[in-house]
Amino acid sequence: MFVYADNAATTRIDPDVVKAMMPAFDELYGNPSTIYSKGREAREQVELAREKVAKAINCLPREIYFTSCGTESDNWAIRGIAEHYAAKKGKHIISTNIEHHAVLETLKAMEKEGYRVTLLPVNEEGFVTARQVEEAICPDTVLITVMTANNEIGSIQPIREIAAVAKEHNVFFHTDAVQAVGHIPVDVQDLGVDLLSLSGHKFHAPKGIGALYVRRGILPDNLLYGGGQERRKRPGTENIPGILAIGAAIEKATANLERDMAHVSMLRDRLLNGIRQTIPHCKINTPTHDCLPGTVNVSIKYIEGESMLLMLDMNGICATSGSACASGDLDPSHVLLAIGLPHEVAHGSVRFSFCAENTVEEIDYILEVLPKIAARLREMSPLWENVNK
Amino acid sequence: MIYSAKVMDHFSNPRNVGEIKDADGIGEVGNAKCGDIMKIYLKIDHDIITDVKFKTFGCGAAVATSSMATELIKGKPIREALLITNKAVVEALDGLPPVKIHCSVLAEEAVQAAISDYLVKQGKNPEDYGIKATHCDGSCSCCDHCGE
Repeated sequence: MFVYADNAATTRIDPDVVKAMMPAFDELYGNPSTIYSKGREAREQVELAREKVAKAINCLPREIYFTSCGTESDNWAIRGIAEHYAAKKGKHIISTNIEHHAVLETLKAMEKEGYRVTLLPVNEEGFVTARQVEEAICPDTVLITVMTANNEIGSIQPIREIAAVAKEHNVFFHTDAVQAVGHIPVDVQDLGVDLLSLSGHKFHAPKGIGALYVRRGILPDNLLYGGGQERRKRPGTENIPGILAIGAAIEKATANLERDMAHVSMLRDRLLNGIRQTIPHCKINTPTHDCLPGTVNVSIKYIEGESMLLMLDMNGICATSGSACASGDLDPSHVLLAIGLPHEVAHGSVRFSFCAENTVEEIDYILEVLPKIAARLREMSPLWENVNK
Repeated sequence: MIYSAKVMDHFSNPRNVGEIKDADGIGEVGNAKCGDIMKIYLKIDHDIITDVKFKTFGCGAAVATSSMATELIKGKPIREALLITNKAVVEALDGLPPVKIHCSVLAEEAVQAAISDYLVKQGKNPEDYGIKATHCDGSCSCCDHCGE
């Protein structure tokens, strides 16, 4: 059996999305910036896709800017706001210690350029509070950036409350919603955020297309300079196949959201319960509330994550780990360390992430395979022998 | 990250896994914080390694290098076993990804630690056999195996 259980890394391109893209590989080749009919046709389709993205997150089409990926959206939002408003407001930025590298590395680079960054610690379930954010605000705070949902453990942050705090103190608020859009309801009016990043390949569009929502009236500086595309804010000839795809994908994801969330959370609960019952000495890293429906992150103590992934792969199961060895870093996942896991427990983590395409049979297959892998690796582990004694 | 077929073979069918109850020498190196621990048990008769077992907590490369190292030293006189370097282990596995070379260093150190333990028990001085004092004290600053 083959089980793709790494949907937080990327998703399979939906066949309907492929269909929606096809015209871009055929007759829809005009440059949308041109004036003749061939270009106008392409322009129309780009704007139609923009409307779909806008509708999905409840904003105006002109508040959506297409980008190349979630990372670009994050870089642009953070740099664009900070650089445009630093002179007026200051050079202090507030974020959390569990952000995606697209945010953390951007902030690290900006620190070298003279920005001051406060990274708020999360609690042991992976949450920050609006109060923590409020207490960190200084007179020179220009931007708050907090992810909507964490990619590793699935914790969903209190974005609405943080946005309210940001508004009260007149500070811009960006959220990296790459893991959230297409998986849980995301309504920018309801949340009250100023900027929001999203990425197509997390909800069954292909890689290479993302978007940034920028509330009207806010003017981030450009990240790129060039032609007049995307209302002069994001130059570069439009990625028409990607744009068609993200429009179709977000429309489909939003239409089926409630049904898919129910299905996916049922799968998650089945897996979590099964793991609890069949594998002793586990630590569930996924929070029990305010969590993405499809994310399961668990540490199987006394064994190492990469070994687990290799054995899962031999059994046809794709998953990921926060272990240092799996990532090629020296340290295990910064998120798992941030929720207080000791290094050795973080090394033994495994993440499964599901989408609507996954089935109960697949969960049961994982539950058949995983306990055997855990037992086999523990049998080999010198740490396990001490536990038994 | 791509492992060679040999590495995958030794990972999925590791040779000499287990422990030896009445081992003549035991060596344990690495630490859980770094994500890998290797423990090697030796049975030695007249300075010849007659049996060897290992237990490893670690990644695919850690398991494979442990397995290969035990294969390479089995049946060898200890002086010969001590000449087996991490490079020999890597070569025998048809190479390792660069970030995994430290696993082979750990395997070499585990063998040395186990032989050293045997020699000490025999009242001999490991330094006479060219073994430097085992330097892993469980902190990352004591060695360069993970490049810190």
